[in-house]
Amino acid sequence: MEERPYRSASGAPIALRHRQHSASCRELAVRCPRLQLRSLSAVTSAVWLAAYGLFVLSENSMVLSAAIFITLIGLIIYLHFVKIDQESLLVIGSLGIQVTSSYASGKESTTFIEMGQVKDVVINEAIHMQKVIYYLCILLQDPGDPQGVSEVVPLFQSSKPRLDCLIEVYKSCQEILEQRKTAPQSS
Amino acid sequence: MVLKVFFPSCCSSAESGILIGRWILEQNSAVILAVVHFPFIPVQVKQYLSEVQRVTKVSVSVLGSWSNSKQEKEESLSEFLEDLGTIFAHEPWIQISKEGDSKFWSCSTLQKHSNNPKEEEIILVYYDQRKVMLSHLHPPLDTATSTDRRADDASKLSAIFDTVAKSKILFMTDRYDDGPIKLTHWQSDGVEASIIVELMKQASVPACTLLTFLLSLISGICRSRVLKFWPLSFLWSKLSTCEQLGHRLQHLQVISSNKKAQTQTQLMRKANIFVSLLIDAALGILLMSWLYRKNRIGHLADTLIPVADHVAEELQDLLQWLMGAPAGLKMNRALDQVLGRFFLYHIHLWISYIHLMSPFIEMILWYVGLSACLGLTVALCILSDIIALLTFHIYCFYVYGARLYCLKIYGLSSLWRLFRGKKWNVLRQRVDSCSYDLDQLFIGTLLFTILLFLLPTTALYYLVFTLLRLLVVIVQGLIHLLVDLIDSLPLYSIILRLCRSYRLAAGVKFRVLEQQDGKPLRLLMRINPLSYGSVVQTYRLPTYSCYPKDSWTSLCKKLFLGELIYPWKHKGEKQD
Repeated sequence: MEERPYRSASGAPIALRHRQHSASCRELAVRCPRLQLRSLSAVTSAVWLAAYGLFVLSENSMVLSAAIFITLIGLIIYLHFVKIDQESLLVIGSLGIQVTSSYASGKESTTFIEMGQVKDVVINEAIHMQKVIYYLCILLQDPGDPQGVSEVVPLFQSSKPRLDCLIEVYKSCQEILEQRKTAPQSS
Repeated sequence: MVLKVFFPSCCSSAESGILIGRWILEQNSAVILAVVHFPFIPVQVKQYLSEVQRVTKVSVSVLGSWSNSKQEKEESLSEFLEDLGTIFAHEPWIQISKEGDSKFWSCSTLQKHSNNPKEEEIILVYYDQRKVMLSHLHPPLDTATSTDRRADDASKLSAIFDTVAKSKILFMTDRYDDGPIKLTHWQSDGVEASIIVELMKQASVPACTLLTFLLSLISGICRSRVLKFWPLSFLWSKLSTCEQLGHRLQHLQVISSNKKAQTQTQLMRKANIFVSLLIDAALGILLMSWLYRKNRIGHLADTLIPVADHVAEELQDLLQWLMGAPAGLKMNRALDQVLGRFFLYHIHLWISYIHLMSPFIEMILWYVGLSACLGLTVALCILSDIIALLTFHIYCFYVYGARLYCLKIYGLSSLWRLFRGKKWNVLRQRVDSCSYDLDQLFIGTLLFTILLFLLPTTALYYLVFTLLRLLVVIVQGLIHLLVDLIDSLPLYSIILRLCRSYRLAAGVKFRVLEQQDGKPLRLLMRINPLSYGSVVQTYRLPTYSCYPKDSWTSLCKKLFLGELIYPWKHKGEKQD
């Protein structure tokens, strides 16, 4: 098990953890940049200053308690639904690929794609805002057309690692995916 | 080549024995269903398995041996277990052994007719048998629509879920039965059952027959010839309360039918309809108790007539304003007076009718309010109908204004074409040039000028009444949206997803357990529940109203041309 530091597309530091559980099972986890204390305090102070300004204008103390309430609820919603802490990929040869995102509040959202549906794992380029970034994606097989691709599942969307990290993940995945080509019996 | 063994977690502490389950050749995986303990007679085991196979249509067979030794590994036992492999011929013969309380088991396979001597990798996947048996796997929504190639392209996981779900009969024998076979599975400590569920099942049969009888009576009355005469049938089709009652009657018929639900979807639909009816009735009775508590319904009836009067007075003020110089615009005095007086007379008639009805209003409302016990949706529909009846004069004014405006617009466009020397060719559906006589041109131009200068007056009346009508339509539409929401929300599925989330599965998720070198890979398979959005989308109940397919541009075009708009249509009515 090893953990190496990399950088995301926007320059924030991320870490890749590579674990090999067995010959055909590998787990790759990318840890996203944490919630910064200074951005949290900046947002909270901005909201509370605005609320205090409104209070001075309207002389209604409900504004202050409403601001506290909104800040708390907003923070809980942000931690539970928006802020992703870690994105991991579990590749089990002959079973499938499992993609997990864990949120800052502990919630985990998992998707499991069976090996029969996976056509390939590739690195693609995309235009994101004003940048061109690389991203890793899983190509799903079209059941009707053996050469066709029915869906593209992008991975590591919130941490957006750079090409060097993606190449390492890509090499790991391809080693396991090749095993299924050499074993003709398992479909 | 990797061999996958799906082992139920309830059998982890079972005594030594042989493993029975299903071998899926295409996936090279073995799904273990139970452990048969010593002593047993192989012939009886084979007989039992063939009977199970005949009933469940799942090819259950003996897959291997399981040894759970508390002390050191016994050599004689392992040889005995290998010899069993010759009695129950199965290829490959799986041998799992657990020593003491160790978490790490050793797994090996015996291949007699294998061509490659290489030791294949084994993955041990633990699964919770009860949860997998009760769970229903939902395919992703886009693949659910393509039903061809389903049989051979079936997901690998659904094969495992099916195997466990269909083998229910295997789990019916527990360790207290005096049979020749002793099994260990999730129910081997005693078959689970609930007294309440059994009692309800017994009580539901006579209740269903009684309900079916009552419903057949009611639908017989509804279908009788008396109610089919023209004025009554027109009234029934216009009142939304009757639609809602008919819809609920259909629902009751579905749940009171004696046929047992064949598929999971039908069962969920029945359960959803039942819970929806129950919640509806409960909310309706709550509303009724609130309304009748402090004679609020009497107060409501008392305020109804003054409210109708107030609305009529406001309309009269509005018409007086229009007959003057509304918003500073100068109207054509003669036309203005005619239209204004016409509408004022209408309002006067309406007020007289309302005052005629006023002594009976309280009693009618009191009895109508009792029907709220049929459900909150019925009460809301009655409210919507009362609003429609009270604002009937606004509807009439809108229709008059719209027809007048529509005629004017058509007249204007046709005379404009004449003014330019063109004509509408009905045969060719296009505009053609045409040579008119002088007197035709003269009269046409005169009429065109008259209509053009009368346009602002009519347009203003049309605008005002259309806005009022749209306001009423929006209020009625909101009420109908709420009724549709209560009708179509699958409450039972949502509560099931909340409390027993493993029953609605979107897929599975794996967790890697502690590993030890040299031992097979250990994974835990858990059920990944369906998200709430997919639950609502999959199980929502169909409703009787369809929302307008008109886009905003066509709606604006209709308003501009003066065509009548019917924003909320019901299924079964002809679309305009």
